[in-house]
Amino acid sequence: MSAVILPAAARRSGRIDPVRLLRALLPALALALMLGVIFSQQPRAMSYVGLTLLLNLSIPVILATLAQLCVITVNDLDLSVGSFVGLCACIAATLLKDTPLLGVVALAAAIAAYALVGALIQWRDLPSIVVTLGLSFIWTGIAVLILPTPGGRAPEYLTAIMKWKPDFVPLPILYAVALALILHWVMRSSFGTMLRGAGGNPKAMGNAGWSLLRARVTLYLMAGGLGALSGLALVGLTTSGDANMALRYTLMSIAGVILGGGEFTGGRVNPIGAVLGAMTLTLAGSFLTFMHIPPDWQIGAQGAILIIVLALRAVLNRAEERS
Amino acid sequence: MTADDMPSPASASMRDTPRRRRRTVPVWAWPLGAAAVILVMTLIHSGGQGAGDILAAAVTFSALFVIVGLGQMLVITSGPGNVDLSIPAAISLSGAIAMKVMDGANGMIAVGLLAALAAAMSLGVANYLLIRLLRIPPIIATLSSSLIVQSIAIAYGRGLKIKPPPAFADFCTGRILGVSNLALVAAALTALVLLALSRTLYGRTLLALGQNARAARLAGTPVTRTRLTTSIASATLAGLCGVLLAGFSGGSSLNMGEEYLLASIAVTVIGGTSVAGGRAEPLGIWGAALLLFLIVTMLNTFGLSAGVRLIATGLIIVTVIAIGGGSKRV
Amino acid sequence: MSGDATALRLDDVRKSFGAVRALAGVSLAIARGERLGLVGHNGAGKSTLMHVLAGVLRPDTGTIATEGGAVADYGTAVAGRLGVRCVFQELSLCPNLTVAENVRVPHPSLRGWGWRRRAARLILDRLDTIFAGHGIDPGETVADLALGRRQMVEIARAFTVTDTPLRLVILDEPTSSLDATAAEQLLNFLRHANQHGVATVFISHILPEVLAAAERVVVMREGLVVLDRPARELTRRAIVQSMGAEDEHPGAHGAGAGKVRSGRADRATQPPAVLARSGGGTDLVAKKGDIVGLAGLAGHGQSTMLLRVFDAWGRKDPSTVVESPVALVPGDRQSDGVFPLWSISRNISIRSLATLRRGGLIDPARERTLAATWRERIGIRTPDMDNGILSLSGGNQQKALFARALASDAGIILMDDPMRGVDISTKSEVYRFIRAESERGRTFLWYSTEMEELFHCDRVYVFHENRIVAHLPRAEMTEAAILRASYAEAEEVA
Repeated sequence: MSAVILPAAARRSGRIDPVRLLRALLPALALALMLGVIFSQQPRAMSYVGLTLLLNLSIPVILATLAQLCVITVNDLDLSVGSFVGLCACIAATLLKDTPLLGVVALAAAIAAYALVGALIQWRDLPSIVVTLGLSFIWTGIAVLILPTPGGRAPEYLTAIMKWKPDFVPLPILYAVALALILHWVMRSSFGTMLRGAGGNPKAMGNAGWSLLRARVTLYLMAGGLGALSGLALVGLTTSGDANMALRYTLMSIAGVILGGGEFTGGRVNPIGAVLGAMTLTLAGSFLTFMHIPPDWQIGAQGAILIIVLALRAVLNRAEERS
Repeated sequence: MTADDMPSPASASMRDTPRRRRRTVPVWAWPLGAAAVILVMTLIHSGGQGAGDILAAAVTFSALFVIVGLGQMLVITSGPGNVDLSIPAAISLSGAIAMKVMDGANGMIAVGLLAALAAAMSLGVANYLLIRLLRIPPIIATLSSSLIVQSIAIAYGRGLKIKPPPAFADFCTGRILGVSNLALVAAALTALVLLALSRTLYGRTLLALGQNARAARLAGTPVTRTRLTTSIASATLAGLCGVLLAGFSGGSSLNMGEEYLLASIAVTVIGGTSVAGGRAEPLGIWGAALLLFLIVTMLNTFGLSAGVRLIATGLIIVTVIAIGGGSKRV
Repeated sequence: MSGDATALRLDDVRKSFGAVRALAGVSLAIARGERLGLVGHNGAGKSTLMHVLAGVLRPDTGTIATEGGAVADYGTAVAGRLGVRCVFQELSLCPNLTVAENVRVPHPSLRGWGWRRRAARLILDRLDTIFAGHGIDPGETVADLALGRRQMVEIARAFTVTDTPLRLVILDEPTSSLDATAAEQLLNFLRHANQHGVATVFISHILPEVLAAAERVVVMREGLVVLDRPARELTRRAIVQSMGAEDEHPGAHGAGAGKVRSGRADRATQPPAVLARSGGGTDLVAKKGDIVGLAGLAGHGQSTMLLRVFDAWGRKDPSTVVESPVALVPGDRQSDGVFPLWSISRNISIRSLATLRRGGLIDPARERTLAATWRERIGIRTPDMDNGILSLSGGNQQKALFARALASDAGIILMDDPMRGVDISTKSEVYRFIRAESERGRTFLWYSTEMEELFHCDRVYVFHENRIVAHLPRAEMTEAAILRASYAEAEEVA
């Protein structure tokens, strides 16, 4: 397992470079540190039930973060993830419950719309920030039309999936590991590698005959799919929907990708890091509770974690430049 | 809306092919014109009733969007990829600080205002330092600082139900010659920004920086100082908006800045400011803010739901940018 | 392998960029397995020719053919199918991918189970063949590799083969970022690569390398092939001469040549306006009123020197002393110069805003006057200075950039090859202007890639690999001397 997780970036001519290794492990260290403090304050948290409770809400956040990661891979930014997750949650709590077929069609249409947006951005060479900003209004608008007031009910199977108690491993950890490995594998596959290449050096990829349009549409399609899954997971946990329930996810997902070692440009993304980043940000709230700090500071803690990790990364980068 | 109604900021053809400047309608006039059309449609539907009220409300509410929009516009103008995400945090924090320092006393209005603006300015400085020291994109810097500031605002303002001093509340809700004071403040600030953009070294450097950062450096302009000033200006304008908003709505609330994040970007872009940087349209922000408000009003009078209003807003943003074109991505 | 079969043949290929003719009718046949060397001075058309061969640029007229006849619609896709590969100067690797992953970019067939391992083996095999002892791990991210190693990967990747057999590999300055050992390894490899019938085109400014790597050498000048001969019949000197170094009369060129300049005598005693110490080598010194040329092949440190001087103003840097404000006239108008959304007038005034203020605000009247003055003085042809800068022709845009620098308070004007793509009449106007301004006491540091321009300078520093290799005062300035120094052939002459 560790051989998979250790990114190739940490190796240099077969040797392990300490600075790069540290930089690669930064997201994992941040999460471990946070869990360590929580466990030391409240040893009972270190149990099957405790971990399930602590990390349950991280599953939709992880999915939203991975959706954002797909978009960031092609140097774009998605300001509509949060409202899209809210929309999908609303669809799940109403259409999918009452008229399953229509619900599936609606979700498929929403995902297809995402792919179309990717095509539009590529075709007209548009700034993704503004387009997705506009989309965020549209998604929330549709969600409000579907579900004007908070409510609805999650289909039983979604609740069952999210409340399932597997043997030995707490559910959120199981899901987190599975998602991290799947996305890691996709991005490392021959197919995903060319998607990352499209973010790394679009001109060279185009010259070599790869379609940038196809790359961007594929990544937006993946983002739409993951966003929809995030909505389903969220509604499975909360059992009812609300158009505004996931608005926070937009900024959290960006923060999660960056925390996990991703960068805005150059196709540098790290799915495993992003999963760890999303978990770290979700834990920030519980962390404060265990530290007896008022919950007012929850989002502040997220910001502080982000700044500390980025500062450490800046220090490590400078150390590397000097050597 | 058809293609002809739309401004075409920074379209690729403008940049690539030399073209004689023609006497055309200025970019900022389009959203203003569209807003007028929407107003007329609303009035036709309502049989011409309440024209004055609608317009007065539109101008007052737009004024607050204009104030934050001006700051966001300066940031966006400084180059591709520059967006200030800390605006809501600045609004909440300075609103809370102003209310607490003023503490309902007329004599403390000036002190409260200064304290609030000072806090916002320090946020601007902090944003700039984060960008410089951590070498991170402005979006990430302002995102992380905003999370912290938001928390400070929450912790500081918890249980705070302080009413604004009567004189301040009167000012914020008052009118002079039928025009709301907020609109006058926003108009004065717009004039100031317009003047700064066309007639000061700061403004010219900002516009140069946004068009081509490398060329701006090689032309010997004070690029670093300009970036810092921009960061501070955006935070300060957001802070001012927070104070006025608190005065206007009878006290500060924790998430009163929330809707201003996306809105500040929206009014800037619809107003014709180029997302690629280098082209700022302060007057367009007025048009865009009025347009967005009046559309909501119109759909309201048509009896359409909140969902439709949101969709309409989103469609306008996407349409404007898709037709106006990007030619440079963020 | 016989040399009869043609790998690729160009017939009367022409290509222009605006008014600049980059290729003025080039015919060239490259045989299977042939090793062709391509040389030429700055702007001779080598780079354009290579981009045409690679399919990146489409020629205006002319045909590209293989042994099977003319190829229609020759582009990157067709070139790839024919087995034509290119090692560009600007790296075409994806920096965020690993070495092995980058191999997939030109090889879509690398997929399925174990593609990564196959890709790694493919690149490792080529790396081992070409650069034995390279020490590159195929699992390493390209961004983490030093520049030289990236270049090795780029070169090795061009020689990897999966389903399409290789026909022609074009290498543009492949040794520019390689160290001596690696460069030697590459030359050795190239001498043997043709055993498999793969033709190579080797572009380099290092003539001994070209003579070692190529069987046949083609020299280009002003978009034409001026020499095409087997390498063994050539010497370095013959090549340099064919590039235009016949003229041996010092100072025979240029408008200002031969004129005795006023104030020359007292200039020797003045303190320098610019002094850039090199630590061991030749220092760059410019006095007040000097026109100093920076010569040499493009990209050998001249622009870096200008930027160094530019940044040194107002700072205490003992290695670079600048005595007066500086202004820079960029050569690459698109990326370094014009502000495309602005009027001509604003493009000129940006450097002088501080002096145009009245009461803290820029005075529009003064700004207009400034624009009007310089329109007159430097002859910008436009009906209205409030027109957009892009409404001007390239030459007039360049004049506006000159006006921006000259209108300022700067005593030192840095010129970064500003005449690229400018028409003759504009050039001569600007030359006169520079001369006049220098007599008023302004100092000019003038980097130029055009030989004749250098003869407008009082003296010339020749750069080679980021060092000053020669200082030629007016009396010693000849095209031949500059060329020899550019190619680091000074020793041979001396």
